[in-house]
Amino acid sequence: MSAPAMNPLVRIEDLSIALPRGADRPFAVEKLSLTLNAGEIVCVVGESGSGKSMTASALMGLLPPSLPVRSGRIVLGERDIVRLSEDELRAIRGPEIGMIFQEPMTALNPLRTAGDQIAEMFRAHTDLPRAEIEARALKLLDEVGIPEPASAYRAYPHELSGGQRQRVMIAMALALEPKILIADEPTTALDVTIQAQILELIRDIQRRTGMAVLFITHDFGVVAEIADRVMVMQHGKVVESGSAQAVLHDPQHPYTKALIAAVPSLTPPPPRTLPDQTIATVRELSKTYRTGGGWFGRKQRVTYAVKSARISLPSQATLGIVGESGSGKSTLARCIVRLLDPDSGAIELGGVDFGGLAGEALRRQRHLVQMVFQDPYASLNPRRSVGDLVTQGLIARGTKRAAAMARAKELFALVGLDPAATDRLPHEFSGGQRQRIGLARALALEPKVLVADEAVSALDVSVQAQVLKLLVELRDKLSLSMIFITHDLRVAAQICDRIAIMQRGEVVEHGVTADIFAAPQHPYTQKLLSAVPGRAN
Amino acid sequence: MKALKHFLMSPAAMLGLVLLVVIVGLALFADVLYPRDPLGLAGRPLQWPNPAGRFLLGTDASGRDIAAQIAHGARTTLLMGIVSTLIAIAIGIVIGALAGFYGGLTDDVLMRLTEAFQTLPNFILLLVLVVVVGSNMTAVTIAIGVVSWPAVARLTRAEFLTLRNREFVQACRTLGLTNRWIIFREVLPNALAPIIVYGSVVMATAILLESALAFLDLSDPNIASWGNLIGQGRKVLRSEWYVSAIPGVAILLTILSVSLVGQGLNDALNPRLRNR
Repeated sequence: MSAPAMNPLVRIEDLSIALPRGADRPFAVEKLSLTLNAGEIVCVVGESGSGKSMTASALMGLLPPSLPVRSGRIVLGERDIVRLSEDELRAIRGPEIGMIFQEPMTALNPLRTAGDQIAEMFRAHTDLPRAEIEARALKLLDEVGIPEPASAYRAYPHELSGGQRQRVMIAMALALEPKILIADEPTTALDVTIQAQILELIRDIQRRTGMAVLFITHDFGVVAEIADRVMVMQHGKVVESGSAQAVLHDPQHPYTKALIAAVPSLTPPPPRTLPDQTIATVRELSKTYRTGGGWFGRKQRVTYAVKSARISLPSQATLGIVGESGSGKSTLARCIVRLLDPDSGAIELGGVDFGGLAGEALRRQRHLVQMVFQDPYASLNPRRSVGDLVTQGLIARGTKRAAAMARAKELFALVGLDPAATDRLPHEFSGGQRQRIGLARALALEPKVLVADEAVSALDVSVQAQVLKLLVELRDKLSLSMIFITHDLRVAAQICDRIAIMQRGEVVEHGVTADIFAAPQHPYTQKLLSAVPGRAN
Repeated sequence: MKALKHFLMSPAAMLGLVLLVVIVGLALFADVLYPRDPLGLAGRPLQWPNPAGRFLLGTDASGRDIAAQIAHGARTTLLMGIVSTLIAIAIGIVIGALAGFYGGLTDDVLMRLTEAFQTLPNFILLLVLVVVVGSNMTAVTIAIGVVSWPAVARLTRAEFLTLRNREFVQACRTLGLTNRWIIFREVLPNALAPIIVYGSVVMATAILLESALAFLDLSDPNIASWGNLIGQGRKVLRSEWYVSAIPGVAILLTILSVSLVGQGLNDALNPRLRNR
């Protein structure tokens, strides 16, 4: 790409933002310098807690009072954003700097229509007449590629899909034609296919208007898709910066190297030889949700979450169930562990008709299949020691407390935690460690099948790599059979022997991972694979 | 520990705690301070309070020492308040937990029952119960507990509704834990903080309810209580108003202290409000 004309729009000079006392480090952001030129996209990459979002907030003058700027300047034209009053900042936000956020549902007001919220930008900053404002808002909706802009104008946020909401957010940010756009993880909450469209849109608008984009992300795939320049942050400091080409292909700093190495490859390893037995089969499983439907003739809404799903899991294999949000993959997983009752279909686990069990009989057989949950924070009871959490299943099955605790210590060692830590509470552990505790809890009952529901999705990429490595080690050591639910094709490629692709409740493709990645048959699988960010690199 | 520290830092909560300690101390040492029967004849009736005389807070219309009745009454009031609060919380937690955890038909039945109790003004219900079962202190305490649980049940249900779908509860179900275990050992400890805080409101209301009963001469006349003393004073309210006013102030201070402690607990246990 041709080097953009050097036209610095904003200069951050030696910016330091203090953290409150008692935090793990003195500064959220330390001595950060960055120049944002017209017509370029600069990606700020880092893991959670690296200070990347703080940098964006500082640029908008949105820092909370508990995180004051200690030193440095943010020069925009003639002004220093750090020293502006609230009124002066308001004049900058919108007309000069626009911002889009990660979660378009919470960033939009649920009680007002999309069009109204875009129009508000004009009402707040200009004196245009009503009709003119409406026309401009409609034009913006059209520009961000929303189908049927006129009906989207009158739609409330909940009536739009996640991708459409993010488009509305982008339309709002672009309304006053700012010269700078700050995008804080704008695609993290979106599915890959939608993510690809939004990245395309941002890139396209940036080319058309020549604005500067500061793009905050944790995903190197996204960086590869969109960045002109990259800045890598760790613990509040910039460890490396340079052109996207240089940083991605020839990283200098060990941290950048580690981060890039931790991104799983899209090429699956050669298939393993697996025993010929099948440990779990799911036949024609369906689950339907019915909402609404009252006495007064309101129509019932029926959602087919899972439609006649058939999967089979060979003994000691890992089966990936891959799909986007709403594809029914989590519902399927929850039916298999019987957290939800399927409407029809059979689940067979190690020779037991697990789907046919109920009540007390089901409770006694629950040890057959165990689950590792997505959220490392919500899945552990905050008021019980982690030792209790791991032993409670054993104790409920009649193991003596002392024996169960001894087993818990073994399991802690197995998942790479300090066995002496069993009497601590969950909040004393990091996200990755919590997932290890969840894994120890699931393994305590020696399940025939382990179901991992997006078990690494909430983790930073380096931690994710460690947990994935642990899962593979355990799989080999304990001959585990695993069902691995994920939306991330890279993760699936690395860990799964078989994959099942789900779309709108149906399994559309099911087979050996290497085959599917090499030659996807179903059009949806092809679309998914082509949408993975950074696949060229 | 952070919660405790936060509690001790709050001046309002500390004021409440100090007041409460004084009242509890008064109740505990009533026998030492006033060893004679507080309901026995002590002197000439209707003597005005006189710090220098024999009766610090004067005597009532029957010639009984008001100070002694206040001290012994503190014992009655606190014991009655605590026991009836415990009864209300126990009933409320069981009903709210079952309704919130199981949902569906169980929830419908239990919540309609709760609403049936809530639609009746609880003082009227209390009057009916006391008229039916008699007005000794045990019956009054139980009756107050029985009319005070619906709000606790609603609060518990609301907490359970949000907690029952958390991943850690689902994890417990996949581990094969029994529902009883999940309700009482996993969910309840997480739901307890707001219920404990609400307990202070229940206790304050219980004290008021008992005083109101006593004012209507429906509480136990054979035990020294603040409510009885107010009832006594009613007949001489226009000339010797202090007979009613002194126990009135005692009730005011007790409720104030309980509320302040409750509010302090709320602020300390609810981290989201901490930095307000």
